[in-house]
Amino acid sequence: MGLAKRIIPCLDVNAGRVVKGVNFLELRDAGDPVEIARRYDKEGADELTFLDITASSDQRDLILPIIEAVASEVFIPLTVGGGVREVNDVRRLLNAGADKVGINTTAVLKPQVVADAAARFGSQCIVVAIDVKTNDQGRWEVYTHGGRTATGLDAVEWAVKMQEMGAGEILLTSMDKDGTKSGFNLALTRAVSDALSIPVIASGGVGTLQHLADGVIQGHADAVLAASIFHFGEYSIHEAKLHMLQNGIEVRL
Amino acid sequence: MSVDIAVIDYGMGNLRSVSKALEHVAPAASVLVTSDPEIILNAGRVVFPGVGAMGDCMAELDQRGLIDVVKQAAASKPFLGICLGMQMLFEHSEEGDVAGLGILPGRVLRFPAEAMLDHRNERLKVPHIGWNEVHQAVPHPMWNGIIDGTRFYFVHSYYVEAGNPELVSAFSMYPFPFTCTVAHNNIFAVQFHPEKSQAMGLTLLGNFVTWDGNVAPNQCDTFNTECAI
Repeated sequence: MGLAKRIIPCLDVNAGRVVKGVNFLELRDAGDPVEIARRYDKEGADELTFLDITASSDQRDLILPIIEAVASEVFIPLTVGGGVREVNDVRRLLNAGADKVGINTTAVLKPQVVADAAARFGSQCIVVAIDVKTNDQGRWEVYTHGGRTATGLDAVEWAVKMQEMGAGEILLTSMDKDGTKSGFNLALTRAVSDALSIPVIASGGVGTLQHLADGVIQGHADAVLAASIFHFGEYSIHEAKLHMLQNGIEVRL
Repeated sequence: MSVDIAVIDYGMGNLRSVSKALEHVAPAASVLVTSDPEIILNAGRVVFPGVGAMGDCMAELDQRGLIDVVKQAAASKPFLGICLGMQMLFEHSEEGDVAGLGILPGRVLRFPAEAMLDHRNERLKVPHIGWNEVHQAVPHPMWNGIIDGTRFYFVHSYYVEAGNPELVSAFSMYPFPFTCTVAHNNIFAVQFHPEKSQAMGLTLLGNFVTWDGNVAPNQCDTFNTECAI
């Protein structure tokens, strides 16, 4: 037995509250972030990811005390993304207690920030988040600004470039699938994962426990991320792990 | 100034998680993140963490005049190396082709791309990120309350190849067996992150804060009066 595949609940945080949207829109309140983090830790989450989706920058600092509170009582890895514009933002989040920092829009606008942050803090704490939508030509295109801006970049090529720039991990979200509960974009996940030597976290679209297993077996993901199936009490993390185990996937129980 | 536990700070990475976890398992102990040589040398025990690149870490240690301080602490009191704080104890690293502290014999190697296939012939990723089983190779007070094969959280691309097999106190598989903890006298060092390994990670840190720095597990029990001598 070796390395376990990870299950990572994702908490989208808007102005200090956990919310959940459909296709990046229609936000629904899901509760207090510290309370939810505590529950997921008890259920056996392998890591936690916080995405700060707060629109206005003056409210974005609200995430810092939340991360501090979580980090002082939950002793599993924490990834925090959203609103990272420069190397100093990475430092601020790490100092608040994040173990890894997710970089998305800034990676496209200023790829050097990824390289500089990786050189300064180590690749192990730099996660490049890539939001992908299938465009009219059927190509997988990278989007930024919370899914609002098309970049013209090809998802697989972009992921390879980010690995070269020093990313330690890729968080890959299918916008077509996000919030639909119809499963990961498996072809996309597999194409990206197979093209990289660094781990890929699959995200977007989980509605059943089988979707999680499919992400690993068919999508070749190293970790699977989900939000709503856990937030609203449909399934516990433990149930998800048992299901993966029944599918022959190595998990931490 | 005298503290119970000094966490050596040399400007590499975030030491908050380590100190928070130590405070959690030893609420009565004084824990200080510090680069002050005097505080480190007067501390009851020392934690030597580290993330990032080995060359940068060695340069930062050197710049702060901490190389001899780490060596003295590692020779004299309960000493816990974590992640890069384990790798730096050895003689040399492939990462940047740099010398380590040379406190223990051995070298640090990168997971070789051509060997990274699992038993299903699927490619294993580097960095090695996530929860892997830790197989205890020797009994040790640091393993108290920790079942053999317990999973701990790893994140690294390089691993230690110990020059002396007797140093190895546990190994993990990725895909081949690699040394994930070493023990030597008052030194214990781990490649994984106990401060991020939930309950069992805290148990290991709890063992460290009560460890007297002796290797031999206590052979005595209350029924054997000879041990009292």
